[in-house]
Amino acid sequence: MDGMELTNVFICGTGGQGILLASEVVSAAAQSAGLDVKKSEVHGMAQRGGSVTSHVRFGSKVYSPLIELGRSDLVLSMEKLEALRWLPYLAPGGRMLMSDIRINPLTVNVGDAEYPDVEAALNARDVPYDVIPAYEIARGLGNVRVVNTVMLGAASVILPLGPEYWKEAVEQRVPPKALKVNMEAFEKGRSLLG
Amino acid sequence: MSRSLNEVVSGTLFLSGNEAVARGAWESGVHFAAAYPGTPSTEILEAVGKHYAEIDAQWAPNEKVGMETIAGASFAGARVLTAMKHVGLNVAADPLFTLSYIGATGGIVVVSADDPGMHSSQNEQDNRLMAKASKVAMLEPSDSQEAKDMVGEALSISERFDTPVLLRLTTRISHSKSLVDVGPREEVEVKGYQADIRKRVPIPAHARLMHSRVEKRLLELSEFGAAYAYNRIEEGDSSLGIITSGVSYQYAKEVYPEASILKLGLTNPLPWDLIERFISGVDEVRFVEEGDPFLEEQVRARFLVDAQGKSRVPLEGELNPETVREAIRPDTVRQPPFEKVKTPLRPPALCPGCPHRGAFYALSKLSGSSTGDIGCYTLGLMPPHNALETTICMGAAIGVLSGIEKAVGREGMGNLVAAIGESTFVHSGITGLVDMAYNGSTGTVMIMDNSMTAMTGGQENPTTGKNLRGEPAPKLDLEALCLACGAKAVRVVDPHDLEEMEKVLREEMEREELSVVITRRPCIMTYRPSRPAYAELDADQCVGCRICMNLGCPAISFEDDLPSIDPMLCWPNCDLCVQVCPTGALSKDMEGI
Repeated sequence: MDGMELTNVFICGTGGQGILLASEVVSAAAQSAGLDVKKSEVHGMAQRGGSVTSHVRFGSKVYSPLIELGRSDLVLSMEKLEALRWLPYLAPGGRMLMSDIRINPLTVNVGDAEYPDVEAALNARDVPYDVIPAYEIARGLGNVRVVNTVMLGAASVILPLGPEYWKEAVEQRVPPKALKVNMEAFEKGRSLLG
Repeated sequence: MSRSLNEVVSGTLFLSGNEAVARGAWESGVHFAAAYPGTPSTEILEAVGKHYAEIDAQWAPNEKVGMETIAGASFAGARVLTAMKHVGLNVAADPLFTLSYIGATGGIVVVSADDPGMHSSQNEQDNRLMAKASKVAMLEPSDSQEAKDMVGEALSISERFDTPVLLRLTTRISHSKSLVDVGPREEVEVKGYQADIRKRVPIPAHARLMHSRVEKRLLELSEFGAAYAYNRIEEGDSSLGIITSGVSYQYAKEVYPEASILKLGLTNPLPWDLIERFISGVDEVRFVEEGDPFLEEQVRARFLVDAQGKSRVPLEGELNPETVREAIRPDTVRQPPFEKVKTPLRPPALCPGCPHRGAFYALSKLSGSSTGDIGCYTLGLMPPHNALETTICMGAAIGVLSGIEKAVGREGMGNLVAAIGESTFVHSGITGLVDMAYNGSTGTVMIMDNSMTAMTGGQENPTTGKNLRGEPAPKLDLEALCLACGAKAVRVVDPHDLEEMEKVLREEMEREELSVVITRRPCIMTYRPSRPAYAELDADQCVGCRICMNLGCPAISFEDDLPSIDPMLCWPNCDLCVQVCPTGALSKDMEGI
């Protein structure tokens, strides 16, 4: 009985990519839909350009604020390497959406490690994933900060929450002066998988 | 979300545990709150400052002062709250342990936000043991609703039993959000200050009586806890009984919803009668608790029950549903479809444009390094700077440098300086500097003044000229303070003026007497660029020397023997790479930035 009707969304990327805002929007949409919601993330040291993750869970009743490995219905990654890093969270039958953005970690910049070929690694494992050209779209809209909203638009097609809840959630959570560009970004993301 | 939450007097809000604690303080009539920022506790006072004007809230220079000010306000009959990270309670332990004897006139809530897993901390101490050692009552919420409600509970327990109450959160409570039913504020009268020396002056003759009252209080609280609503038995399958508290309860419910569970909310002192009843109704007892075996050791010692806890649940690190499933439902463990892939680590780094980068670059160039402290600048240990070698606790950079000189002399100390942020210096570095002067140390203290308590997300402090609510406040004069402490020279330098930075640092490191170098440049979080600007490379002039890579700037990578600048990351008012480039291959238009 427990867990059957739960939806788990694992959002990842690097510090500064708007992951916490994205998880706020997913949570607000679920709350508007009348569901129980929990989300969890870590602040502080981890946000100084490090790997950032947010767990969002919604359904009739949520206990754990953390998603278990292998049980995330959607892994939404704002950066390619992070998608590969957090792959073990993906559930059987789940789906991964990854942006077209590459951000080198310090270990790669100083030559201690190589940035992997993420798509090849995912293909080799038969991971069901889509690359969302979020950077291209955001740049086309004249604001590279809306990458996360493009990704959310794409995610909204997959997650079991109606479009009316998403619109309201985006409106609630983005700064008013950036609302127009964010709504455009959301719609563009949505049309990609729609 | 821009409106203030004190306008919302009913309904359901989606709040983090920290925001919920702030809300609980407001609803239950707290008058005064003081804290020093510390992850994962910081957002409590931030939320009070942002949303709840009815509470007089302030940043304290450190946790001890915060604890002392709320003690005084409680003496005067106000309801009070202080909040800190787990190691902050070490700093505030001195007042807490005696405040336990003195008790509470106005209700006292002490929030300790522990950090199992050390997401942003230097140790993993379990402050439930601090509640036991200081003999105060303790509540442990397991979600945001309880975090809010338990503030009110803590205040009534505090006033009824005349005790400070420790509200013990962990990172997953503080930084997880869940739905919270909220209500209006209940106004409570400030009782007013009345002298009571038998209660508040713990000279031995008084303190002996106080101690007796404390022991009696613990017995009464244990009895109270046995019938307390937040200590509850959730009856289920009686073959296994789980004793748990805090976020661990959620993991246990997640993986074994059918089990019998004793969920404890008031965990110091333990409700012995209730525990006895629970144990006698189940075949086997198992403890699911994060951190130290706090519940396990006490319950097993008291009832001599053969039960498993830390033999199955990890002692180190944070619990999660996987570890709890393995401990109590190993039959339901299933392998994730995709295994972990080896990927390059992405450690945190100083931000592009960070003022500290210039200071560490110069220090590194002088073959120097540092005894370090707690803040963003702890990241000076990372390559390519490799310029920080020790860290203990807030303020330790200074004492440690001085101790090294005591042991091996000025020569043995080599090119070490003490590296400490301005907020950390004010928190507990000042006494270290006084000690250096008093006891003849000749080292150099580098106060990295970015005009902000930065690692915790950007808070004001006594050097910034603003208070918690962003209003103007007196600004501490660091230069005058350091001279008064006994430094022979105090120099101020912009760390992004690399030539000057290196010159000043070299001169002061060579000086054979105590000196202070204040590297002063505001944190990038305080700066709103007027337009984007990024460094550009003239590939024809680049000789591929990689000197720019010595900055460790996240915006610069090296591909095909050339540096590449990421325009999304390059910070508008920083030109360190332009300054270090020996051939002029890098340039940046910073006009009007």
